[in-house]
Amino acid sequence: MTTALGNNAASASGSALDTRKVLNVGAVLAISLVFIALAGLPVGLDPRQVVNGILSLGYLSLLWLPIMFGWTVSKQVVLEGMTATKQGVGDVITGAATGVVGGLGLSVLLLLVNQFDLRDPLVNWSPQLVDFLTFSQGIGLGVIAWPVICGVLGAFGASLHLLDATARRAVLAAIGAVLFFAIFETFITDLFDFLDDLLYGPRGGLEWYAALVIAGLAVAYTLSGAREKIAEVKGDYHALTGEAKTRQTAILIGLSAVALIIIPMVTGKITQELMANVGIFLLLALGLNIVVGLAGILDLGYVAFFAVGGYTTAVLTASNRGPDWPEWFPTTPWFVALIASVIMAGIAGLIIGAPVIRMRGDYLAIVTLGFGEIIRLLFLSDWLKGYFNGAQGITQVPPADFGLFEVAGTNPRSVFYLVMFFAAISIYASWRLERSRLGRAWMAIREDESVAEAMGINTVNAKLMAFVVGAVLASFSGAIFSAKVGSIFPTSFLILVSIIILVVVIVGGMGNIMGVIVGSVVLIGVLGGPKQPGLLQEFSQYKLLIYGALLIWMMLKRPEGLVPNARRSRELHQDEFLQDAWLKGEVDTDEDDDNPAPGGSQVAPA
Amino acid sequence: MTTAVKAKGSKKTGVDKFLTLLRFLLIGAIAIGLIAFVWQQIDPNNPFARWRNPDAQPLTAEQIKGLVVTGLSQGAMYGLIALGYSMVYGVLGFINFAHGEVFMLGAFTGFVTSNKLADAGLWEGGAFIPSVIMTAVLAALIATGAAVLMERVAYRPLRGSPRLIPLITSIGVSFFIQNAVILLFGPGAKGYPPNPEWLQKKRRFDLLGDAFAFEVEGTKLLVLVVASFSMAGLWYFVERTKTGKAMRAVAEDKEIASLMGINVNKTIVTTFAVGGAMAGIAGILWGLLFRSVIATTGFLPGIKAFTAAVVGGVGNLGGAMAGGVSLGTAEALAPLMLLEPLGVAGPTQLRDAVAFLLLILVLLVKPTGLFGERLSSEDRA
Repeated sequence: MTTALGNNAASASGSALDTRKVLNVGAVLAISLVFIALAGLPVGLDPRQVVNGILSLGYLSLLWLPIMFGWTVSKQVVLEGMTATKQGVGDVITGAATGVVGGLGLSVLLLLVNQFDLRDPLVNWSPQLVDFLTFSQGIGLGVIAWPVICGVLGAFGASLHLLDATARRAVLAAIGAVLFFAIFETFITDLFDFLDDLLYGPRGGLEWYAALVIAGLAVAYTLSGAREKIAEVKGDYHALTGEAKTRQTAILIGLSAVALIIIPMVTGKITQELMANVGIFLLLALGLNIVVGLAGILDLGYVAFFAVGGYTTAVLTASNRGPDWPEWFPTTPWFVALIASVIMAGIAGLIIGAPVIRMRGDYLAIVTLGFGEIIRLLFLSDWLKGYFNGAQGITQVPPADFGLFEVAGTNPRSVFYLVMFFAAISIYASWRLERSRLGRAWMAIREDESVAEAMGINTVNAKLMAFVVGAVLASFSGAIFSAKVGSIFPTSFLILVSIIILVVVIVGGMGNIMGVIVGSVVLIGVLGGPKQPGLLQEFSQYKLLIYGALLIWMMLKRPEGLVPNARRSRELHQDEFLQDAWLKGEVDTDEDDDNPAPGGSQVAPA
Repeated sequence: MTTAVKAKGSKKTGVDKFLTLLRFLLIGAIAIGLIAFVWQQIDPNNPFARWRNPDAQPLTAEQIKGLVVTGLSQGAMYGLIALGYSMVYGVLGFINFAHGEVFMLGAFTGFVTSNKLADAGLWEGGAFIPSVIMTAVLAALIATGAAVLMERVAYRPLRGSPRLIPLITSIGVSFFIQNAVILLFGPGAKGYPPNPEWLQKKRRFDLLGDAFAFEVEGTKLLVLVVASFSMAGLWYFVERTKTGKAMRAVAEDKEIASLMGINVNKTIVTTFAVGGAMAGIAGILWGLLFRSVIATTGFLPGIKAFTAAVVGGVGNLGGAMAGGVSLGTAEALAPLMLLEPLGVAGPTQLRDAVAFLLLILVLLVKPTGLFGERLSSEDRA
């Protein structure tokens, strides 16, 4: 934001090319492109086709950047009370020039890779990279092609500013629709078998004509005004009150439940497995959402509760738990083990929660992280090997048996149903809790702990309750996880898992149930969990990098998440609200109510 | 922290009672462990040792000295990393979670440079010392650059936002750097070339008579010497130069410092740079000592260095170094001196757990650290 403000003056002074800005942004673009190339994304992702024979995911991993940079470099920050200059050809030239500078970076890289051998430290400094960057057409073509391609794409990104809003939306809808159909290929072909030959090529990827048709349909959809109609219907729904709204909501929930029951019946095993994984992480994310999103406690050792749930279930159900358990120690059916897991996780929540609760927020984060590691190290240690089998883990966890049917990892559909059952409970619980006295106490603590205490909230009890509720939801997930996988190892409970769940909650939108659902579907479903592959299986190597980048980007640009919680986003953008109000001459702005804040979407940069 | 103090005056809640119990339990376990250790040293056949661990053996003096030296040299590295945490916490009031990655980048730079130098025949040959100096300078430069870049890209835009936001961002930065290194350099462990003979050789010191004589591996000695010199240099920089004075002023109060004509942004960048350089040097020392580095090398030492900073008192540079050394020593000694006499099997596996327990213990018993915090008035709240 700060740089954009300074640059605005330059672009307002006319359409003259701002060389310094172009060079700066272009250099950043070049470095990003070279980094992506050397990180191995292009070569590694090349086998996956987006549009068959025309565009692979590998090329896409580079090509989206110039568009984004072109868009950003020519973006104007319009300040309240200042007139915006009209955007024109100058902006397109700026975008193109930025793209060319970025493309030159790749050309230089190409020449260097061709000339020198640095493969010793840099694993992706390889002939394959040269082959990729030259389109297998010889070095000269590659060196010339990249600046041209990036320039064109930069100009394209910049020219999006020139289109009017509807046209821009149409273009973005077309791109989005093609990408959606390409990414969700397995899912779509699973659901609608006939589409497989119709849309997709034999090696995967959309056929070019299919891509054109999809893009055309997306444009037609945007231009037809169907979008406005849907928005209208949505508005009507939000405007409803009382009984009518309850009825409508019940219908909506019923419909989604029916869809969730039917979809796994028609999809293949891989998709079912994927949906089961999404569900397991959704459960975890819902729990962390209560701790981080509602109570504002940054718990980095959340995986500990997942581990406690998983190990309790394994110890109570498996035939080969450690030899040191006493004779009388029972082996129980899964649902008894589940109850035990919940109790154990609740106790763990109290034990971990009590010492950390009075600490400063950031100390708390590190100490909970420490607790998470300690619990994993204990499960791993020789000391408790007689109980938990150390690194070998507990391997013979039986499927969850319910008499009529059993839930086993070999039947991911059953796991999905079980997970959805618990997810429904958790969602209902979170939703009720958010509106309860306790939930309001949590939110008060999140906003200002001292004030909350002064208002008579027992902050210690409320925070402990957040820990316990979060722990219980995680233990559901742990119990299902151990029955699904059939074995439990300490390596399933690395700190990494905590961080990935945190990313899911943050990207989705802290403190918002819908956001958490969207976050888990988008991240776990598309990119994949810590060990579980997502729809883009090719991403398995790169997903952690993307998680990290996403976390930084979200925090910088949109800390309230994809689906923001109205109240939370107002907290995060308080300065901007106050400033806007000051500019508009409004003095009394502090109206705190439960209506969905219109500001949330306006202020958030798109 | 302050609320804990306040709560003491008011009525005791269940949580307070639990915490008191926890404090007594932890301290009691340490006391019993120490007593058991001493008893085991005096009489390995005492009934407690027989009960806990029938094959208990007393540690020889040589073993204890070896553990202390190992602990000290590890602790010196933790201390060097902790300086960066402590300074950044003092100035900006947030935990730069990615500081451990800066250390890792230093170690990685060392891996690349040292191997290239070894290929050129300079490392083990006559030019070892210039090679190490060159490697260290490069590592410090890269680490400094990484720290400064981090501040510019990820933390500066977030200055003034709610406290947890920069912390979460730094987790993202840490995650990103770790995985970027995995992708760029491959996931395996990277080996340093072997150190020359004269460095590996054990040296004997008997300055204080034969009873206090001890043997130190040359590498560990090098680590201790370099760490002490770096620490001394940093102390001089912070306490005796004008830039250091500016840093202390910014740590005390940013607004007033800027009114006094101090360029706050520049000072914060300097803080990151100096902390990064220290971490880079620590990275090289790590490489020389363990001769192997992977992308996740930075994670645990990073967390432990933070622990060291807390143990010594956040914002307190001497404290950070002392905290590092005590953490390293505790981590090396506690498994064999506390856990083994208590009958814990495979105690060395629990080294990391010991470090985290120490953090929890310090925060429970003396939250301001052993040597006292030095934070700005607003951060103390």
